Amino acid sequence: MEVYLQQLINGVQYGSIYALIAVGYTMVYGVLRLINFAHGDIYMLGAFVAYYVVTGLALHQHPSVGNFLFVLIVSMAVCALAGVLIERLAYRPIRNAPRLTALITAIGVSLLLENGGIVVFGADPKYIPTVLQSSVAPRGGLYISEGQVIMLAASVLFMLILRFIVMSTRFGRAVRAISYDIDAARLMGIDVDRAITLTFALGSALAGAAGMMVATFTSVKITPLFGLLPGVKAFVAAVLGGIGNIPGAVLGGILMGIIEAFVGGSALTTYRDAIAFMILIIVLLLRPGGILGKAVVEKV
Amino acid sequence: MVRICAKSVLWLSVVTGIVFALGGCKPASRPGASNSSGDIPVGVYLSFTGSTATFGESTFKGIQLATEEINAQGGINGRKIALHKEDDRSDAQEARSAVTKLIQRDGVVAVLGEVASSRSLAAAPICQENKIPMISPSSTNPQVTQVGDYIFRVCFIDPFQGAVMAKFAAETLKVKRVAVLTDVKNDYSVGLAKYFKETFTKLGGQIVAEKSYSEGDPDFRAQLTAIKAANPEAIFVPGYYSEVGTIARQARELGIRVPFLGGDGWDSPKLVEGAGNALEGSYFSNHYSHESTDPAVQRFVAKFKQRFNGEVPDALAALGYDAANILFDAIRRAGSTDPTKIRDALAQTKDFPGVTGRITIDADRNAVKPAVILQIRGKEFKYVQTIQP
Repeated sequence: MEVYLQQLINGVQYGSIYALIAVGYTMVYGVLRLINFAHGDIYMLGAFVAYYVVTGLALHQHPSVGNFLFVLIVSMAVCALAGVLIERLAYRPIRNAPRLTALITAIGVSLLLENGGIVVFGADPKYIPTVLQSSVAPRGGLYISEGQVIMLAASVLFMLILRFIVMSTRFGRAVRAISYDIDAARLMGIDVDRAITLTFALGSALAGAAGMMVATFTSVKITPLFGLLPGVKAFVAAVLGGIGNIPGAVLGGILMGIIEAFVGGSALTTYRDAIAFMILIIVLLLRPGGILGKAVVEKV
Repeated sequence: MVRICAKSVLWLSVVTGIVFALGGCKPASRPGASNSSGDIPVGVYLSFTGSTATFGESTFKGIQLATEEINAQGGINGRKIALHKEDDRSDAQEARSAVTKLIQRDGVVAVLGEVASSRSLAAAPICQENKIPMISPSSTNPQVTQVGDYIFRVCFIDPFQGAVMAKFAAETLKVKRVAVLTDVKNDYSVGLAKYFKETFTKLGGQIVAEKSYSEGDPDFRAQLTAIKAANPEAIFVPGYYSEVGTIARQARELGIRVPFLGGDGWDSPKLVEGAGNALEGSYFSNHYSHESTDPAVQRFVAKFKQRFNGEVPDALAALGYDAANILFDAIRRAGSTDPTKIRDALAQTKDFPGVTGRITIDADRNAVKPAVILQIRGKEFKYVQTIQP
């Protein structure tokens, strides 16, 4: 029983990271019908910004909550800026081009970031020294590190803030209007460009936060290809939940995390990724729009 | 339309034929092989960057030291060695193009590399096809030299290394229950895990859990939680240093206190950087210990420290040094830079006094050598014992 509970915690915690990345995919898809393949690389960028801030300012010598928050905010800000720049330079000039053009551009931007990362950051792995002492105390036989608690709490907090922004602000209303019908929104006097810029900024900041937290708390090696697999899996999570639907992305991400944890801990551990993707196929066969997505009949 | 298609297919095959013919001519005009004067070009392909960058860096330092020594003595039969190096960025696909470049463009007479078995396996068929001898300093997967008669190695192989660790666990640590965590995408890791399990169960031990991960995974808690539930006395992780540190840290966070066991893939100064103090007291098998009292080892360590600012050579540097020296010895004995003659001389290597032990190349082009067990204490790898084949 304890093992199952522990796996559930592992899964929910890691799933919350997928959820943070998946939200960015789904928001951009919502407004532009574009799958932003460079999104996973923004996650990588978040980890590298954290690495350079921590080692550059020697923050690991005085681990504290303040330092952690500082690094988190810098990573999010740089990633938001990167997201805005990518949209401005790569996606806006081709906004009215066929959708395939945008898709290929997105793949190009992703490759540019990965290989540019190899040139700028170097291909050898880096480790972020601890900025926040994360001790572990067993609670009723379960082992949950403070890092895990912080990651989960931060993810939930970010989701709540996002929900508030999307549901209760003018910007959120603009985004929802655009995702419903971009041309009608423009006719209604909504500044579409500004709303799209903000969407990229918001999604990229969340991916940056995810990258920073994973790199800081799991003491994993970071490389320029750090975002490749999490990016793909978060994209799958977004599709699983129903792409374009924010609560769907969160649900999809957490489900993905839980599935991975249980399969990874079972006898089928070698097939972990295969099973995660198989579940996606099954869900899409039963519900083509994803779990929370609406099935849209397209006229041909 | 059909006619045009047929025509273009014809053209295509003509062009392809010409390209192949030209390609086929190329080896004859290789600068190094045909010349009998000037420097002897030797290729080196290693991972200077990427996930196992320290493997390439260490190995190259060993090769460099050996080359500088031989050139200082006037080279081989009056000709100096010129090293041509290529970085494969820790990628098997890149390793292929690296050796192709070395052979086709630089016309090397022999190739030294790789450390990782996956990459040696990717590049070896190209060396075999071009009949250029390749010596892997430290790929331990048995399949590497099975690629063909031009592929050699100067280290022991995994059936032996796996057995060494299994014996050490069963007989010295006296543990009965061991869990195994393998990198499924890594030939070396999968092979070593298999041989460890075989010997360990033969010695009466029990494998209580078998889990796997893939290089690049950031989270290992799912596998570790399952391993913890199986209650092992030690965990065997035959992966590379870049993941082992993270795995150990997350294991400690989950309250796993037992020691980790590993293979020569752990040997890197970066291991402890990634692990912090999570691997304190853990053990791994390796090719040599710089603490050995053997005068040959001590001479090598002293020379290496002098050349590289006091850096202590790890096993990969020592194997790089041995691989280069065995190649130079073979070129000298062959009395020629003809790759086929070098190959024949390499195959006859017997009792070569290497830093990592006396090296004899057996009929399968592998080296038969003892292994050492090291224990991690602080930032140092302390010598524990030597296990003979």
